[in-house]
Amino acid sequence: MPDRAEVLDAVVQEIEPFNNKNVPVTEATGFQNDLEWDSLTVMDFVAAVEDRFDIVITMNMQAEIETVGQLADAVTKLKAEQ
Amino acid sequence: MTETGLQPEALPVEPPVNEPGRDLFSKFDPLIAEREALLATGVADPFAIVMEQVRSPTEAVIRGRETILLGTYNYMGMTFDADVLAAGQAALRDFGSGTNGSRMLNGTFRDHVAAEDALRAFYDMPGAIVFSTGYQANLGVISTIAGRGEYVILDADSHASIYDGCKMGDAEVVRFRHNSVADLDRRLGRLPPAPGKLVVLEGVYSMLGDVAPLAEMVAVAKKHNAMVLVDEAHSMGFYGPNGRGVYEEQGLEGQVDFVIGTFSKSVGTVGGFCVSSHPKFEALRLACRPYIFTASLPPSVVATAAASINKLAVARTKRERLWSNARRLHTGLTDLGLKLGTERAESAIVAVILDDQIQAVTMWQALLESGVYVNMARPPATPAGTFLLRCSLCAEHRDEQIDVVIQRFAAAARVAGALPG
Repeated sequence: MPDRAEVLDAVVQEIEPFNNKNVPVTEATGFQNDLEWDSLTVMDFVAAVEDRFDIVITMNMQAEIETVGQLADAVTKLKAEQ
Repeated sequence: MTETGLQPEALPVEPPVNEPGRDLFSKFDPLIAEREALLATGVADPFAIVMEQVRSPTEAVIRGRETILLGTYNYMGMTFDADVLAAGQAALRDFGSGTNGSRMLNGTFRDHVAAEDALRAFYDMPGAIVFSTGYQANLGVISTIAGRGEYVILDADSHASIYDGCKMGDAEVVRFRHNSVADLDRRLGRLPPAPGKLVVLEGVYSMLGDVAPLAEMVAVAKKHNAMVLVDEAHSMGFYGPNGRGVYEEQGLEGQVDFVIGTFSKSVGTVGGFCVSSHPKFEALRLACRPYIFTASLPPSVVATAAASINKLAVARTKRERLWSNARRLHTGLTDLGLKLGTERAESAIVAVILDDQIQAVTMWQALLESGVYVNMARPPATPAGTFLLRCSLCAEHRDEQIDVVIQRFAAAARVAGALPG
């Protein structure tokens, strides 16, 4: 089971191909506010994260996730439950 | 179902958020500004069309001009059918203009039952429930049958009414890539086995007019013990031996748990429905809020629906005409060199893909001024951020009308720079 730091590293890696504006990514980076992703980009990115960790991040969960750190928390929790 | 221009049909948008202390309506400023910028370019407002007179299922007067209708979803041309009109007129005379009540209370009249019986016969299924609109049918069925702790799995390009049904319900919502059987399989495989699951599909997706690989998708859903709901709004009357939809054409009789449909397309009036063979299906009437807490359809509407459905069951000539028309338009526009949403005519929707908003609006306006009405669609309603001019065919279109449309498309595309001048 990956720890949170490993998850965070992986999430940051997965952001890279979608980070067209080269926004510096930290835990506090917001997907909508800072990365300025539209809903199509969000969907592709979420699918990439899901495939990497073999998890499902439901739309209900996605609605609660605004920042990179929150996504790392959610993925860590999902992996722990598996 | 119905496109509303600036509002997305397919994808959920993040709700606009207001700064504290501002007027409630200031959250709509970006929408207002975008519309004003569009109108400032001098184009007609694509979302303010008025049908001043309607001459037939394929002709209307718009801005004083005789116009060929090529964007109405009136697939089977039933809106002026003599038997349908007579049924509606008789019901208006005998039962009055409205029901004043819920289906649950005083709002079930003879012809609501007749419409549900017509659906049972049309689909050869024992369960049928009529809703006041197609939107409410999806809203009601999806939000009610999938509850807390259960899952709805939907195609990313699903109609707004499907997304809204998910939002209204308490289930966990998972979406998969449009028409991807492998992605559906992968996502279902990652879900816990015990909770109930509903996979929501559409027979024809209305933006590009593409058909779903339902046979493969239903097989995958069954493998994971999920129930299947198929929205056949854009296929009723002209797919499969009995016109039941894409699921019938792909040989899935008895394998789809719920079929959602509408009266506002092939049937030619307004209303929505769900049919099913589930033994407890009609218990939904006791639990489904969008069914209970709204007035039922007027008697004339359900009477026209029942008459129309009974005729659609045997409308073989119209079915052939519609497919012939779809192929004629698809071939004609392809030969002009336009880029279309599908390689061949998969449905009665032919979507022309354009580069940007200005080109789409310019071409849309040139078509309108030459007497052709089509739908314009733009992101986020459209897949992959495309700008579309969407045509929908009618069984009542004549070959000459389609040939005229193709000529006018050629001229409009040159005006808009979509084809070389």
